[in-house]
Amino acid sequence: MLDRAGTPAKDETTRRVRFRGAGFVPASSRFGGWIALALVIAIWQAAGSSGLVNPLFLPAPSAIVRALYELALSGALWQHLSASLLRIGVGWLLGTAAGVVVGFAIGLSRLARSVGITFISALFPIPKIALLPLLILWLGIGEEPKIATIALGVFFSTAISVYSGVDAVPRNLIRMAQSFNVPFATIVRKVVWPGALPAILAGFRITASVALLLVVSAEMIGAQYGIGAFVLQAGNLMQTDQLLAGVVILSVFGLVVGKVINLLEIRLLHWR
Amino acid sequence: MDLIANHISHRFGDLAVLEDISFTVGAGEVVAIVGPSGCGKSTLLSILGGLLQPTSGAPELRGAPPADSLNPLTFVFQDFALLPWATVEENVEFPLLHTQLSAAQRRALVEDALRRTGLTDFRKTYPKQLSGGMRQRVGISRALAVKPAILLMDEPLSALDSQTRELLMEDFVRLLADGGMGAVYVTHNLEEAARLADRIVVLSRRPGRIREVVPVPMTRTERGETAAREKLLALQNQIWSLIRNEAIDAEREVQHA
Repeated sequence: MLDRAGTPAKDETTRRVRFRGAGFVPASSRFGGWIALALVIAIWQAAGSSGLVNPLFLPAPSAIVRALYELALSGALWQHLSASLLRIGVGWLLGTAAGVVVGFAIGLSRLARSVGITFISALFPIPKIALLPLLILWLGIGEEPKIATIALGVFFSTAISVYSGVDAVPRNLIRMAQSFNVPFATIVRKVVWPGALPAILAGFRITASVALLLVVSAEMIGAQYGIGAFVLQAGNLMQTDQLLAGVVILSVFGLVVGKVINLLEIRLLHWR
Repeated sequence: MDLIANHISHRFGDLAVLEDISFTVGAGEVVAIVGPSGCGKSTLLSILGGLLQPTSGAPELRGAPPADSLNPLTFVFQDFALLPWATVEENVEFPLLHTQLSAAQRRALVEDALRRTGLTDFRKTYPKQLSGGMRQRVGISRALAVKPAILLMDEPLSALDSQTRELLMEDFVRLLADGGMGAVYVTHNLEEAARLADRIVVLSRRPGRIREVVPVPMTRTERGETAAREKLLALQNQIWSLIRNEAIDAEREVQHA
C-alpha cells in the first residue's frame, strides 16, 4: 500500500505545488520580430511625417523608399550594385578557394600546420583595408586592388574556419575509417569534408560579412561606382535619403546572403 | 588465422600503461579482457588492431585469413563511430567503398549484414534517429559486412541500458555461435565476459600485466541454460576476487587524478 497518507480529512485544506520551471528556454515567438520591426518603422515614419525629426538628419522610411525607387528608375542602382556584386563575387570566390585549400592543408599536414598557423597568426589581425594603398601600388588603380583586398580578408577567415572545422572532426570517426583500411583520400572526402562542413559554412557566414565590409570600405577609398562610393557621395552632398537607400541595399544584401547560407545548411547539413 | 599479442608493452610519456602482455587468440576463439579501470584494456585492443604503435613488442597474425575476408581484424567501437551524415546502409557500405567489389557485390554484402542484424527496415534512417542499441547494431552490421576473421570489440555494450545490453548480448552469442569468427572482447562487465568468452584474460592494475588467464569450462550454448547460471556466477566471483582490491585502488586513483 503506497498511499499511506490516505485522503485528507474534510477540514484539511490542500494547496497546489507552485510551478517554478518557467523561462530560460531559447525560443522566440513566430511573428514577434516582424511586429517589432513594423512598429519601429511606423514610429519612425510618424516622427518624420509630423516634423518631430529633421529629414536632413533622418529622412522618413517613405522618403528612403522613394529614393530607392528613383535610383532603380534612373538605372543608377544597378550600375552601383553590379559593380559591388562583381567585386564581392570575384574577391569572395578567390579568397574562399585559397582559404579552403590552405585550411585543409593545415588541418591535415603537420608541416603545413607549423608553417601556416605562424603566418596566419601574424597576418590575420592586420585590417585588410590598410593594405589597399599598397595593393593599389602593386596592382594599379583598377578593380584588382579592391578585389585583392576582399580576397585577402575572406582568405584568412576561411582558412581559420576550415582548419578549425577539420580539427573538430571526431577522431574516433577517422580511426574507424583507418581500422577498415580506408585510403587517405577517401577519409578526407567521406569523413573529414562532411565533418568539417558545419564549421566551413559557419565561416562562409562570417566571410560574407567581411566581404561586404571590405567592398564598401574599398569603394569609399577609390571607386566611381559601387554601393560604398554611392553612400559616400550621397553623404558628401547631404542627400541622406539616398545615403540611407544605399544602407538599405547593403542590409538587404546581407539578409539575402544569410538566407542563401541557411538554405545551403538545410540542404547539406540535413543530418544534424 | 590467429592473433598473437607478443610481449606488448606501452607507455604514454612517463606513464607505463601495459607491461609484457602475451597471449594468443586462436581461430574462432573468443577472448575477453577484463581488469580494473585504467589498466590499459582499450589501449591493448587498439594495439592489437593496429591503431596504436606499442612501445615494445608487437601484435602478430599467424595463418591466412578466410579468403572472403575484406578486413580480417575489424573493430566494434564503444561509441559506435557511425558517420552521422550517412544513412544506415551508407554506414554499412562505407568500409566497402574502397574495395574492388562491384556495386552489386557491395549491395549484396550490405543486404546480408543488415538482415543478420535486423536492420533491413532501417536502411534509410540516420544514426540520430536510432536508439543506442540500434546504433550499435549498425556498428556490428558494418563490421559483419567486411567478413572479419576476428572482431575487436571495445566495451561494445557499456553505453547501453541493461535491457538493450541483454538483447545485444544474445545477438553476439548467436553471431559467434558457429565458431567461424573469433573475437577479442574488452569489458569491465564480468557477466558479459563469462557469457561470451572461451578464455578470460585478467589484467592487473596499471601498468596492466596479465594476472591470470581463466578458461570458461562450458560451451556458449550450455551457458544459456539455467543449470549453468550457478557455475557462471562462481566464475564471475572468482574473477572479481582477483581484481576487487585493485579495482578499489584504481577507483581512488582516478578520483584523485
